[in-house]
Amino acid sequence: MTDTATSRSGPKRFAAPEPLKAALFAGGLGFFLWSLAGAGVSISELISGLPNMGVIASEMVPPATDRFLPMLWSVLTTFQMALVGTVIGVVISVPLAVLAARNLAPHPLIHAAVRGIVSFLRTVPDLAWALFFVASVGLGPFAGTLTIIVDTVGFCARFFAENMEEADPGPGEAIATLGGRRIDIVVCCIFPAALPAMINTSLFALEKAVRSSVVLGLVGAGGIGAELAVSMEMFRYDQAATIVLMIFVLVLGVERFSSWSRGRLIGRA
Amino acid sequence: MTAVARLATFEGNGQDGPPASSLSPTPALQVRRLSKSFTAGGQPVFHDVTFDVPQGQSVALIGANGAGKSTLLRCCLRLVEPDSGDIAFHGTDFVAARRQALRRMRARVGFVFQKHNLVPRLSVLTNVMHGALARGVGPRSWFQAIAPGAEREKAMACLEQVGLADLADRRADRLSGGQSQRVAIARSLMQDPELMFADEPVASLDPAAGEGIMELFARLNHDRGLTLVFVSHQLDHALRYADRVLGLREGGLALDAASAGRTPGCLRGLYD
Repeated sequence: MTDTATSRSGPKRFAAPEPLKAALFAGGLGFFLWSLAGAGVSISELISGLPNMGVIASEMVPPATDRFLPMLWSVLTTFQMALVGTVIGVVISVPLAVLAARNLAPHPLIHAAVRGIVSFLRTVPDLAWALFFVASVGLGPFAGTLTIIVDTVGFCARFFAENMEEADPGPGEAIATLGGRRIDIVVCCIFPAALPAMINTSLFALEKAVRSSVVLGLVGAGGIGAELAVSMEMFRYDQAATIVLMIFVLVLGVERFSSWSRGRLIGRA
Repeated sequence: MTAVARLATFEGNGQDGPPASSLSPTPALQVRRLSKSFTAGGQPVFHDVTFDVPQGQSVALIGANGAGKSTLLRCCLRLVEPDSGDIAFHGTDFVAARRQALRRMRARVGFVFQKHNLVPRLSVLTNVMHGALARGVGPRSWFQAIAPGAEREKAMACLEQVGLADLADRRADRLSGGQSQRVAIARSLMQDPELMFADEPVASLDPAAGEGIMELFARLNHDRGLTLVFVSHQLDHALRYADRVLGLREGGLALDAASAGRTPGCLRGLYD
């Protein structure tokens, strides 16, 4: 036993890095250091800004309650935008996901085209979509709802397609064997298999939409974000504090509901 | 002469079988010169396989691992496309069938997989209802809740035949292996099949459950006159539950013999 231990020293503790990997690492590190300058990171400015942060924070206390009801109404509008946008987005995502799933698309070109469209919807930031819709349909929650629909489709269609691709092919093969059509396979085998994951994705999309709908108001797409923008511009930091607290409660509530629903669903799936 | 060679009768099996156009309508299944390889120009899985299965006969397909049994069965339903050869069900050419016709023909043939392939999250009854998908019932057979009453009763009757009517509303993923395989058989019965293929239907079951499934097949074959072609590695099953044994070896049909009077020892030559 001792002989074995002494004759085999094992691999080296530290292997010499390969030249290419070392060069890539050095390049990546250099780019990061350059990015620090590009991102305007400045410790001195952070320190000089600290008193201002203190002033604003002190003005936030106590939070104002004089416009509590209109703010509450705006929070409700924000949630409604998120809910309606998510539900419509999810509904649109389902057929798109079928066409985007490699195992279900009727033709590889359709699969590639739909994947491309979904990627485009997902990669364009929601603020850019919000500006586009505000310019198209005017200020207000409808522009925000349209933005959330597009954002949800970009998110859900991709993940739904992946959920469908991961479904066990066996039952689908059985349906094909007994003469079923592609639609039969999708409805009878793929949807039931992918449903828990799809609901899970939809709940994440709702959480994402609630957070996103708050920000959308800043560019005029309705909801509590518009109230927050006005409060900050009017230097009413006490009102802004109330809005921030309301947003916190809303987002936390939706996340809690989402986690609870997810737990129950996974328990049953 | 090997045991295999002694047993091989090759009746209707060989290079000089009739072309598809002249196939007799009598047999339930006719396979002529069927060949398949998975790589272009590579070693064929099987080559020039020819056999007939008369209506009501029970046939066991045996052979070593990799002999091509499952592929042959899948080729018969064109789940895997054969490279060449002809297949006919009751005289109707299966190879030339286009999409619609292929679906209609598949609807007449049951297929039981080794891994039953039920939809796990759906109920037993809904899984059985799926057997009616290609019989013109359409979307109403997607789920038992929306199924026409007559079809629902028929599905229950199929479950009754396999002894699982009591479990109709249980989720398929809550069943044992043997129960799942029975549900898969009930789903095939829902098709009103003229022919049933079974690809190692008892391979994943314990001996008692496997015996029960084979007894069920035997009963269906005997009572309903269901033509049955099943793949098995259990030679005693092949001899006990089949009228005839087909053996694949080295890419060809090396054995085509009646099972009566044979012993497992006679068949072991296929595995040498």
